[in-house]
Amino acid sequence: MKRVFGDRKTIIILLAPTLIIYVLLKIVPVMWSLGLSFFEGNTLSGFSFVGFANFGKFFTDPIAIQSLWVSIIFAILATGGQIILGYLLALLYVFVLRKGSAFVRTAVFFPMVLPTVAVALLFRNLVSVGQNQGPINDIINFFGGKSVEFLASNVGTMTVALLMTYWSSMGFYAVLLYTGLLDIPEEVIESARLDGANGVKLIRHIIVPLSLPILISSIIFSFNSTLKVFDSLLALNNGGPGTSTTPLTLYMYQTAFNYSDYGYASTIALMLTILCLLFTLAIFRSSSRKAES
Amino acid sequence: MTTSKTIPETGFAARRATASAVRSRRAGRILRRIPVWILIAVLLIVVLYPQFWMVMGSFKTQTEFLSNPTWSLPQYWDFNNYIQALTTGNVAVNYRNSILVTVPSVMLILILGVAAGYALEVMVWRGRNPVLLLILGGIMVPGQMILVPLFTFYFKIGITDSLWPMIITYTVDGLPLTTFLMAAYFRSVPREVFEAATMDGSGPLRSFFNIGIPLMRNAILTVALVEFFSIWNDLLVALTFTTDPSLATIQVGLLSLNDQYGSTQYGPLFAAVSINIVALLIVFIFLNKRIMSGLAAGSLKG
Repeated sequence: MKRVFGDRKTIIILLAPTLIIYVLLKIVPVMWSLGLSFFEGNTLSGFSFVGFANFGKFFTDPIAIQSLWVSIIFAILATGGQIILGYLLALLYVFVLRKGSAFVRTAVFFPMVLPTVAVALLFRNLVSVGQNQGPINDIINFFGGKSVEFLASNVGTMTVALLMTYWSSMGFYAVLLYTGLLDIPEEVIESARLDGANGVKLIRHIIVPLSLPILISSIIFSFNSTLKVFDSLLALNNGGPGTSTTPLTLYMYQTAFNYSDYGYASTIALMLTILCLLFTLAIFRSSSRKAES
Repeated sequence: MTTSKTIPETGFAARRATASAVRSRRAGRILRRIPVWILIAVLLIVVLYPQFWMVMGSFKTQTEFLSNPTWSLPQYWDFNNYIQALTTGNVAVNYRNSILVTVPSVMLILILGVAAGYALEVMVWRGRNPVLLLILGGIMVPGQMILVPLFTFYFKIGITDSLWPMIITYTVDGLPLTTFLMAAYFRSVPREVFEAATMDGSGPLRSFFNIGIPLMRNAILTVALVEFFSIWNDLLVALTFTTDPSLATIQVGLLSLNDQYGSTQYGPLFAAVSINIVALLIVFIFLNKRIMSGLAAGSLKG
């Protein structure tokens, strides 16, 4: 039996294409990109070795530092919001709506499958001002407020970007956490309730600790995707006003393909990769420490 | 908290309650249910109304946009905006490109990923765990890391004026997760299934085609949906390799449509976004259970 499933020829036929593509088009480019971060220039003008100069440039480049902060702040606020909203929705599905939650669950999930570009254009128009004022400013006017030009400021743009992120992904995180909550045995909750735990107490001491593993993986997943935010900020306001809401990903893209500085762009991409790894490690460590105590 | 209020009491007190107490309790429960209903209504309005508003807007004329309140419904069911978006706005070409890129990419990812998953999980050989870890590492690396080298590579071999750069890049990006998910799905199949086939004289390659693939039909559809949505909705790769407007996918097309019409022509823009909403809604109505569980599995295992 071992010999049959250890058949070399079969393994090579099935695995070789994937492995060759993966090594040639993923691992080699990653190494190439690592190497490029020590060079300056592009394919047409030629490259010159600059050592660690690109890294020095990164930490003294005000736009780079600004976009680093845009990415980090966006990731923290987006993750915080979508996990909290998702968790509240999941609690609503499991404990309030119970068997009848299927329709709400499905409807709230749907925006997740819409392209971010389409959602960004939708939100641009929802918050628009002027001749063709959108519903959001109509509501503000109705309550006696003045129309707000959200996309004219960086705080306004970030707010709209975060709201559209919550709008489109809270249903997804709700389903993710909902499946985790369903795994908690009914008897555990029932016996805690008999012991007098109710409401907030029940959630804090029984339900949150028991759903912690899925909560942690959701947070890690959320950080890894929101640190790479690109489409929403680009489509919403082109990283503006000015460069004030340009995330690291967009700055990298512009450096490479608008300013043709492949070396520096590779450095920015490497910084983004390190950032994702750092956040993942930090969440892992803090969660394992919590599990120990 | 509404959660605690709506949990039915199942203690001893309820059993001892008289008939009238039961009746008032039931009325009380309906009353306590009201905040929940309001909450659900607000939730559904927040989620659904913007989409409804966008689709309604796609039927409005430019004058309706400028002079009628934004809440009003369109006066006629006028498909003019759609015609304009599809013809002058290139949206039809964008859709064709999106299909020409997404379908081959998903097919390639599935063919390669399912085979690799089988080789890594069902086949027994030294070094399969390191290889699986190596592939897993690929999921962690952001796509930005490989864009510049790939762009240079495609430029050197002279394929930048075709859709191939996108197809190749999407395949490379999607392979690690698919291989990993397929390996996990194969792990859940009892080994005896494959061993029994071997007893009957089937070679491992034949077992893959005759048993492995049929057993994985559901898993393959799930992974296909995950990859379909991530490729269809992608902007970064599409934007990088769109060297000519005729190569633009629907996401790149939407982005340039916004620059092109911006604040001058709302109708075609609303129509172009609405086509997206309606098309995906139809897909979602038929496959929502599988899409939801698939996207959830894709994120948790990744």
